Amino acid sequence: MASTEETVAGEGLEGISKEKLLELLRTMLMSRRFEEKTAESYQIGKIGGFCHLYIGQEAVAAGAIGALREDDYVITAYRDHAQALVRGISPRTVMAELYGRIDGCSRGAGGSMHMFDKSVNFMGGHGIVGTHLPIATGVGYAIRYRQTDQVCLCFFGDSVVNGGPFHEAFNMTAKWELPVIYIVENNSYGMGTDIDRVAAVDELFTRACAYAGKRAEQVDGQDVLAVYAAVERAADRARTEKRPTFIEAQTYRYLGHSMSDPAHGVYRTREEVAEERERDPINTFVDRLTDAGILTDDDVEAMDREIIEEVEAAAEFADASPVPGPEEIYANVYSDEYRGGPDGRDAWR
Amino acid sequence: MAVITYRDALNRALREEMERDDSVFLLGEEVGEYDGAYKVSKGLLDQFGEWRVRDTPIAENGFAGLGVGAAMVGLRPVVEFMTWNFALLAYDAIVNSAAKMYHMSGGQYNVPIVFRGPGGSALQLAAQHSQVPDPWYANIPGLKVCAPATPADALGLLKTAIRDDDPVVFIEGELLYNVKGEVPDGEHLVEIGVAEVKRPGADVTIVSHGKMVHVALQAADHLAKQLEVEAEVVDLRSLRPLDTASVVESVRRTNRAVVVEEGWPISGIGAQVVDDIQREAFDSLDAPIARVSGLDVPMHYARSLEKIIVPGPEPVIEAVKHVCYLD
Repeated sequence: MASTEETVAGEGLEGISKEKLLELLRTMLMSRRFEEKTAESYQIGKIGGFCHLYIGQEAVAAGAIGALREDDYVITAYRDHAQALVRGISPRTVMAELYGRIDGCSRGAGGSMHMFDKSVNFMGGHGIVGTHLPIATGVGYAIRYRQTDQVCLCFFGDSVVNGGPFHEAFNMTAKWELPVIYIVENNSYGMGTDIDRVAAVDELFTRACAYAGKRAEQVDGQDVLAVYAAVERAADRARTEKRPTFIEAQTYRYLGHSMSDPAHGVYRTREEVAEERERDPINTFVDRLTDAGILTDDDVEAMDREIIEEVEAAAEFADASPVPGPEEIYANVYSDEYRGGPDGRDAWR
Repeated sequence: MAVITYRDALNRALREEMERDDSVFLLGEEVGEYDGAYKVSKGLLDQFGEWRVRDTPIAENGFAGLGVGAAMVGLRPVVEFMTWNFALLAYDAIVNSAAKMYHMSGGQYNVPIVFRGPGGSALQLAAQHSQVPDPWYANIPGLKVCAPATPADALGLLKTAIRDDDPVVFIEGELLYNVKGEVPDGEHLVEIGVAEVKRPGADVTIVSHGKMVHVALQAADHLAKQLEVEAEVVDLRSLRPLDTASVVESVRRTNRAVVVEEGWPISGIGAQVVDDIQREAFDSLDAPIARVSGLDVPMHYARSLEKIIVPGPEPVIEAVKHVCYLD
């Protein structure tokens, strides 16, 4: 094997260190195995509420966040497990959050849709479609205000482009030249509605051209290196020119919108899903790495085994973590003393 | 003590806090070059520059959300809404983002932001521009809500709100901007969630906030002169947290209460205050509590009807007479 410092040969792999390539594979594989375990835990009632899985889209989170620095900011919507993991929140605390436990990254207050970790600048986990795009604009505003060279990376789903916050956020971000990278994960469906059925223009990146001009582009979201390269370019532009970028990553979600709907049958066919699985972002990347001689099949299997063990340990940790006690109910409503309600709380409890 | 207008008191609060803390910035429609739609931000652009006094597009949800994001990473935005009617477009940013963030992040991301602007009716602005937003925000855990009536409270509460580590909804009065009052010369801070007796009296407690404090005071003067009834006027000043203790303490002395608000009656601020009084001071009451509110209709444009819909001193006087068994 080549040393971790060395850059490697292989088509499209030039200029990227082996260390980075392995990291991209590892974060994708972690996301996949973690969410397979999540589905299993959900089905046996360990996880409640709305739970949106990312399986099939792993290259977008891995490639995009992989191109950032540690002091950059990341914000996303409710399909947020993979982004949280890739950003560096431990699988144990993400799983504990899913289990609604005190060791969860949001102390069991947020659940699947609201992962947060300030120590790695992971700003959530937002549950209302489009609501976090202006928040990302505000993070970009603060970066310019303080004159640092950080960037804010904002993920969102394809249905967001038809709503008001998208346009309000993009206009301000572009006008004031804020260092924000917006990346739309176009998986073709807003819940069960094909984007073609509700979007006047279905090439989504063109929607951003009005604000971002040539800084709006489309990439293959199933190609982790394409995503990585696009975000690396965008981050460089944001740091040096203080300019935003809009990226449309074309990707695909294999499972239902959430745990409560089927993968296919209502709005798409079994055949369509099977066809999309043919360009699986993890399998295709593994093939590239093994073809280029960077990894052997045994290396991949060893990595996978290690990840599965880590995920199992995460689930055990989550299961053993205490549930939040009643003292947590009012703990974080305000950062100072809680003084709401009649006399603070209901007199009968 | 200087005598200044409510508008100038707000301007002074913004200027003092922006001078004190580099992380404080103002954004909203017309706040910069135009000096503010109501001139509250007069002169601030010249003094602090465009990054700290930012004219925004007309996109309330967008710029309110921008404020939330900036606050999450440590700035202290003051978001001006030209009026609170327009802030309905930003309700998602205020309620779903600002009010929930600290809680749903398990206490990691607090949101030190102030949303401010005028609420309530003015003169013949009709239904969409004449609304009282107070209960829409007082209902939301995670927010603090202020509604000052006087220049001194406007100054002191806004300064405190800007220093607060949580989101504060700050509701000014469109018809209060020209009201004059004494304001302390030095540093003046008013604690959020503390009511104040604006006029002492022994016979009946009138509870109100914002513009209605002035209506209550006019009614109290009339009652003293014409009927020798001494009303105690309690100004809530904040609607969340609500200073129940001060209200109850007053009612225990006067044994009678009238609760006055400009907004609609159903699920209004007065409904909450009445509930607090009956829980805490039931045995002190000599009469059922009376409420005076705006009438339960969208505002009419016609001045003849607007005058009836918005409470003036007359219904307050009548309500006091009723609880004192003088009618």
